[in-house]
Amino acid sequence: MESDRIEIILEKYFQGESTIAEENELKNYFSSLNVAQHLEQYKPIFGYFSQVKEQRLTQEIPLQTKKRNVAWLSIAASAVLLLGIGSYFYLNNTNNTTPVVAKSELGTYDSPEEALAATQKALAMVSHNVNTGIESVQYIKEYEQSKNLIFKQNKIR
Amino acid sequence: MNQIVFIQLVNPFKDKVFRLAKRLLTSTEEAEDASQEILVKLWNKKETLDTYNNVEALAMTMTKNYCLDQLKSKRASNLTLVHTNYTDREPRLDQKVEDNNSLEWVEKIMSQLPEQQQILIQLRDVEQYEFEEIAKIVNMNETAIRVALSRARKKIKESMLNTHQYGIR
Repeated sequence: MESDRIEIILEKYFQGESTIAEENELKNYFSSLNVAQHLEQYKPIFGYFSQVKEQRLTQEIPLQTKKRNVAWLSIAASAVLLLGIGSYFYLNNTNNTTPVVAKSELGTYDSPEEALAATQKALAMVSHNVNTGIESVQYIKEYEQSKNLIFKQNKIR
Repeated sequence: MNQIVFIQLVNPFKDKVFRLAKRLLTSTEEAEDASQEILVKLWNKKETLDTYNNVEALAMTMTKNYCLDQLKSKRASNLTLVHTNYTDREPRLDQKVEDNNSLEWVEKIMSQLPEQQQILIQLRDVEQYEFEEIAKIVNMNETAIRVALSRARKKIKESMLNTHQYGIR
């Protein structure tokens, strides 16, 4: 008797005319134990639909909150800035007493000629050192030359 | 809209998104990537989300389009998507074979249907959407949906009958 009704619903189902309620009835019927012999063949179809519906998305959703990040960044930046400025002033204040001593320790010249000579000597030393530095960089020209050589050859070929 | 509100909005249908993606893309990993992509897209849209009256239908439409795009690009690069779910979460093999053989047949048969019909079967027979909602998601009229669905169901039935006759029984 029940299988008659199921058969009618099945017919509607395959015509695409069944309602959700009727389809649920089919699902329930085919998941039960007493399925009529001649309807046994439909069991896997409805079993499959029910089984597939059990699949879940287990992954976390990565929701980027760009705005919040920007806010946090600015807070962090301002904190660092404040800390920097604060420590600068703080250290300056504590050092306030030392500069006087430091100035006197630097040493000074009394006559301008003497000062000029000393300055020139110091500058000469600096320029000498710079020149030796440049000399060692001159080697790079060698690379330039060999590069030009290769590129010229390439052009000829 | 903050994250908590968004999660609450998305929770009822995020599994449906995943299952539809899996129906079309076959592999679990691909489907996970796809659903993640869809949900992030939705999240980025969160300012305008209120203007849609049915976010779920929107999400399902996005999923459908995204997956079809994926498949198209896969085919264009001459790659066929095969079953890549190699993770072993199941019980013993023989048990699994006994339990799932016929269910796997259904899956195999379904994967041979045209994508349009797969989507319709997924939406109607698995997720049990009303025809009205399906019409919104796939942008077809209800009559066309009924016809296509009927065709898909009959195709599954015929294939199942064949396997039953040729099989052990």
